[in-house]
Parts: sequence; structure tokens; C-alpha cells
Amino acid sequence: MIEMRGICRDYLVGAGAVHALRDINLTIDDGEYVSIMGPSGSGKSTLLNVIGCLDRPSAGTYRLDGRNVAALDEQAVARIRGHKIGFVFQSFHLVPRLTAAGNVELPMLLAGVERDVRSARVSQALDAVSLSGRAHHKPEQLSGGERQRVAIARAIVMGPAVLLADEPTGNLDSASGAEIVALLERMNAQGLTLIVVTHDPNIGRRAHMHLDMVDGALADQAFVRAAS
Amino acid sequence: MTIGDTLAFGAGALRGHSLRTALSLLGVAVGVTSVVLLTSLGEGARLYITGEFASLGSNLLIVTPGKTDTTGFAPPIGGAPHDLTIGDIDALQKRVAGVRRAAPMSLGSATARYSDLTRETVVVGATAAWKDVRRVEMRVGQFLPATEADADRPVCVIGARLEEELFRGRNALGEHLRLGDERFRVIGIMAARGTNLGMNLDEVVIVPLGRHMKMFNRTTIFRALVEVTSHDALPAVRRSVIEAIKARHDNEEDVTVMTQDSLLATFSRLLSMLTAALAGIAAISLSVAGVGIMNVMLVSVSERTSEIGLLKALGATPGQVMRIFVAEAATLSAAGGLAGLAVALAFSAAIRHFYPTFPMQPPPWAIPAALLVSLAVGMLFGVLPAQRAARLDPIQALTRR
Repeated sequence: MIEMRGICRDYLVGAGAVHALRDINLTIDDGEYVSIMGPSGSGKSTLLNVIGCLDRPSAGTYRLDGRNVAALDEQAVARIRGHKIGFVFQSFHLVPRLTAAGNVELPMLLAGVERDVRSARVSQALDAVSLSGRAHHKPEQLSGGERQRVAIARAIVMGPAVLLADEPTGNLDSASGAEIVALLERMNAQGLTLIVVTHDPNIGRRAHMHLDMVDGALADQAFVRAAS
Repeated sequence: MTIGDTLAFGAGALRGHSLRTALSLLGVAVGVTSVVLLTSLGEGARLYITGEFASLGSNLLIVTPGKTDTTGFAPPIGGAPHDLTIGDIDALQKRVAGVRRAAPMSLGSATARYSDLTRETVVVGATAAWKDVRRVEMRVGQFLPATEADADRPVCVIGARLEEELFRGRNALGEHLRLGDERFRVIGIMAARGTNLGMNLDEVVIVPLGRHMKMFNRTTIFRALVEVTSHDALPAVRRSVIEAIKARHDNEEDVTVMTQDSLLATFSRLLSMLTAALAGIAAISLSVAGVGIMNVMLVSVSERTSEIGLLKALGATPGQVMRIFVAEAATLSAAGGLAGLAVALAFSAAIRHFYPTFPMQPPPWAIPAALLVSLAVGMLFGVLPAQRAARLDPIQALTRR
């Protein structure tokens, strides 16, 4: 459950302040499928980063599963990122020297999961994205769609509650893009909260809840259909 | 994240840039090699010199004329008021309990001549006891006869090299060698031995001490080696030796009696200091290597900015990021340290192989110290880059390419 009340995020750029987020009020239930849309610079990614605890709001309260994130120290916030949130990026962000399995293993390495448990969960996660056969390939040996699937496996391997995807299909052709969207939706169908930032209306339209952003504010908040 | 996982992750990152890794590793390796090699040289010198003394046996007293103090001022007038004579040394052997042998000696140089060959040579005046005290081995013939110490029969014992050069393969035994104006019958030839205590015994002529002192017009001997019955008795015998000579010299203490141990300890201390100084100089190169590591790690941090952002997004705490990079720097320097140690040990083994008489080897503290210092250098110089990595803002790091 994500609850935001009066969230603002200001950046100091030179002498002036840039208001990336203005007074965001938002409630997202568990298992929801949300798309955030809007023109470049409207604050979509900033909102996603605040939800993902990568960025801290300048004002307002943000509760994730009832906990006030603003009150937590850096250590605790890092733990939330590791355990509750999965990120999927436009440019995949795979570590080039690690194999697909190594990349998927990374969050568990940081969380201190034991070696035997790790390898079992790596193959499980790669299985879930249908990449079992590619476990020992390096990112450079994988296609764009496959790379993004590795990134999704990495995002879900810790069993998070929320999956955040920032333009997940932005670097992919339409066929692989469709595959990735289908995969993300499958994760959502299994109960993960899915929040997708996109400026592709065809993708945005598929979500249950649409957030339209203009100049850092929520312009429109619409439920297309009720979350099942 | 466990230590093993952190190290493995860092090692993987280092393998990704093998050339850069190898070069900064080389810096540490050179530093450690120079520390270990230089201290090995110093330690080798120490072992060589103490070994030379030790070859004399550990229960020796060295008696020299004149009172020499290692501290304070030298006496205003050099030399001893009384000569240290053969008689003094004889008295030691006969009257001081605990003295097994006393071997006085005198030194001079003269031109040795046989038929038409001549050679400048060191002439040692000695007694029969000298053979045992200096552990002289004979190849043929015999050493000086064990008659009265002041016997002055014109006989001599020569070194192997001298025999070769003057007699050219002819049998020297029984021949007459001319030293200055006098003729000496060769009664023995020493086995080849090389330099010992600064004197090359292969190139000397040994003649009876009494004869030697007349020949060179000496009244005082150069020094005497006194062998004591047991090592434990050394301090007591040393005091009695001083007392005995004092009694013979109008109650004046005008000789210096050193124990083998004190000489050894002095040399050993001096050379250990030399070794430490060499280690200090070599350590400078290690700190230079540390700067190299810092440089490489800074490059690595700025190159892997987006990876650091990713690690943070995946749940890495600032402390974890810091540890990852410090571990990487430490791995780098420790590997360099090991490589340098291997090179240094191989080098000293090679030197020992080619110069078997020089016992080149690192002092026992040098190996752990070099490894620890190289590890510490890596961690110390790795901290700054690691801090920089830990402080990176994850969003900026992720978007930078």
C-alpha cells in the first residue's frame, strides 16, 4: 500500500528551484497496475524514484505499507529498496561482466542470502522469465528483450511487493516490447503492484489506474477498471 | 553481504580490467620486492659477518693491547704503556683457570721469493695453538711445531694460493722460501679456505711468532685469541684474564678483552639497523604504489558510476558500497604484495645459487610485514575512492553513462 500526502520534490538548479513534484496525493493499493504518463520533464521519473525510495521528497509524507519512509535512515531505506521494491530500467542496467545468473543473484548477494538458497532462487527467477537456457550468457550475448527479461528476473528475485518500471520498452523493438509488457503484467497478475512510467499511450492504456502528470502535478487520475 | 561474497565481487570487477589491474598490481609488487630484497641484503650481510665470527667457535676471548673504550674519549696518547708480550699470553695459558688455549699473533708484510718468483705477502707470526683456535686445516705437512712459544726456528706454513703462485706445481714441502732477507723451510701447506675474518688465509705465510717479532722488530703482539673451556665460563675467565695481565703490567689495565658475543652483538645490532634503514627506504616505493592504487580506484569509481547507482537501487547501503571498493583495493594490493614476495624470494634464491657464500635471505619479520603493509596501503588508499562511491546519489549515478 502506497500513500502519498502533499509530496513535493524541489531541486536547486543554479539560483532557482525546480519543482519536480508539486503536492502529489496518491493512494495505490497492493496488486494495483498503474501507468504514469506525461510529457518529458513532467516529473514521471521523479515520482517513480520517490515511490522506489531512491529519492526523498522535500515535503509531504510518504507511507509504504504504513511506514513513514521520510523518518528512516539511509540503512533502513536501502533495506526497503532491497526487499520491497524491484526496479526495471529503460537501459536494463545489467552489470556487463556478470552472467545473466550473476546479475539476477546481485540483490541476494547484497541482502546476504546464503549461497545454496541463492542459486535455487536464481534458477527459479530465470525460469519465470523463460531464460533458463541463458543463465550463463553475458549481457552482450543476449538480445535487448532478453536483457530486459534478465532485469525483470533480478527485480523479482527478492520477492518484492512493488515492481517499478521506468520506460521498460523504451529501448526495445515493438515485438520484444510487447513480450516485456506481457511479462510484467503476468507478474502483476501474481499479485505484485506494478507501476510503469511510459509515454507510449498503447502501453499506458493497459493499466488499471492512469496517472497523468503535467509540470510535476497530477493532472488527472483515472481508474479505467477496478482492480480485480 | 559476507566477506567472501564481497571479495569475489571485487575480484570479478578487477578481472574485468586486466591491464589496469596488472599495472597497479605491478606497482605494489615492485614496492614489496624492493622491501624484501633490500632487507634480505641487509640480513644476508648480518648473517655473513656473524657467521664468520661464529666459525671461530663461541667461547673465544679476543685480547688486544691498549685500553679501548667503546664509549667516551680515546686516551690522549695512543697505544699501551706496556707491551702485550708473548710472555703475558703464555702466562694466561699456564695460570688462568678456564683458559684452554691462548694463541697470540703478530702481523707484518714482506716480499716472498722462491727461485725467480716474488710476491708481496702477509706474514703472520703465530704459535701452534693458533691452528686449533682458527680451525686451520692442513693439506700436506704440518703446522708450526708445538715448542715453546718463542721458538724461532726458520720454518713456515703457507697458504694454498701462495704455493700455487710461487711454486708453480712443484712440491713446496721442504723447499726454502725467502722472506725479506731470511730463509724459511716450508713445513706445511694449508687447505684452501678463502677469506675469514678479513684475512685471506690462502695468501699468507705463517712463521713462528718469536721469529716474526724479531724479523719485524716488534715488542708487542697484535692480538691474542683465547679459547675458554666453556661458554658459561666466559665472563669469569674474561675478568681473570684482565686481572692476570693487570698484575703483570704494574697494576695497570692496559688491554682490551672482548668476548666473541659482545663483538657479535655489536655487529649484529649495527647491521640490523642498516636492514631497518633499507626497509624504510624501500617502504617509500610502497607508498608510491598506494597512490597508484588510489588513482586506479578513482578511475574505477567514475567508470562504474552507473553500476554503483544500480547497487544502491538493488538495496546496497552506503557502507556496503564502501566495503566493496575497499575490498577491491585491498585485493589489488595484497595480490601485488604476494607477487612481489614471490619475485623477491626467487631473486634471493638465485643470488644464493650464484653466490653460495652469501646467505641472502629476508629477516623473519620482513615477509609478514611486507604483506601486511601492502594490504594496509591498499585499504588506506582505497578509502577515499570508496567513500566517493558510497556518497554517490543513486539517481544521478543511474542516469550518468
